[in-house]
Amino acid sequence: MSLTNERIQQRLNEKFPDQLYNWQEPYGMLTFTGSKEINLKVMQFLFDDEELNFRFLSDLQAVHYPNQVGEELAVVYHLHNWVSNVRIRFKVFTDIKQPDVYSATALYQSANFMERETYDFFGVNFIGHPNLIRILNVDEMDYFPLRKEYPLEDQTRIDKDDEMFGR
Amino acid sequence: MSRPVQFNNTVKFQGIPEGYMGEGFMATNFEKVVSLARKNSIWPLPFATSCCGIEFMATMASHYDLARFGSERVGFSPRQCDLLMVMGTIAKKMGPVLKQVYVQMAEPRWVIAVGACASSGGIFDTYSVLQGIDQVIPVDVYVPGCPPRPEAILDGFMKIQDLVNAEGLRRRNSDQYKSLMESYGIQ
Repeated sequence: MSLTNERIQQRLNEKFPDQLYNWQEPYGMLTFTGSKEINLKVMQFLFDDEELNFRFLSDLQAVHYPNQVGEELAVVYHLHNWVSNVRIRFKVFTDIKQPDVYSATALYQSANFMERETYDFFGVNFIGHPNLIRILNVDEMDYFPLRKEYPLEDQTRIDKDDEMFGR
Repeated sequence: MSRPVQFNNTVKFQGIPEGYMGEGFMATNFEKVVSLARKNSIWPLPFATSCCGIEFMATMASHYDLARFGSERVGFSPRQCDLLMVMGTIAKKMGPVLKQVYVQMAEPRWVIAVGACASSGGIFDTYSVLQGIDQVIPVDVYVPGCPPRPEAILDGFMKIQDLVNAEGLRRRNSDQYKSLMESYGIQ
């Protein structure tokens, strides 16, 4: 019998009663939210459980919602069950003033580079990461460019006329 | 007997520099001889990072044939090359690499920025892209276009040839040149 979204939701609710919420199924992909304190517990359960068996972290990234005061940064985990070929999405939210989230590197090796990238662009501080330094941007960069308060354009550029380029 | 098809019948020879000539000897300005030799044997170092590099490949290939201008030998070691051809977007992280390549080249050296990205950052007005390579190294000729056609690259190359031809032997020792290098923090 294949693993259905309802079954995953049921198993998770049994293990973590009232701690996971905002269940959605956009395009058939089960999506849910939990508090950032339990992110490792949830993923460990999804990893270890014989039936759920989510052993592959296919993607990890952050989203910045500047209007959600107190939970501006979302860290999104995409998990994949190879055996049943089922994917789920797990989100945790954190305050941008203290963007500390537990690192998933001990559980999924693939989280190593992806957490560095997320730190690089959003400044999420992954606690327990072995080497949390910038990975794609220049080391001298002193801000997190994908946060919404920073404009996309290079502010050091002086040859562009603001009027002509709409800056 | 003439052949039915005439190949390569428009060969153009370089003019002889002006001087005093007689039976079996010629006296001329040493600078002019050196300029003539340099101008017609430029070794380019392609630093191709994106689509302008593809245009440069066409420029090198038989149809446009950069070898016509004495650049048969495209070198991939900066220490042997005279002309750094920067083609494509240079990310800020690539900036120090580009500068290192430039520093490794021996004098005299020239730089051509091919395409909008190398010249000014182009459409990539963004936090990660260097807004023109002249922020890290001095540039002699800019070739506009996104990407420029091979003809434009050849035109830029011929402009470099003109510069090489006109350059005096002592220019690189001048105070002006040294202050230019210092303004880029080189040496």
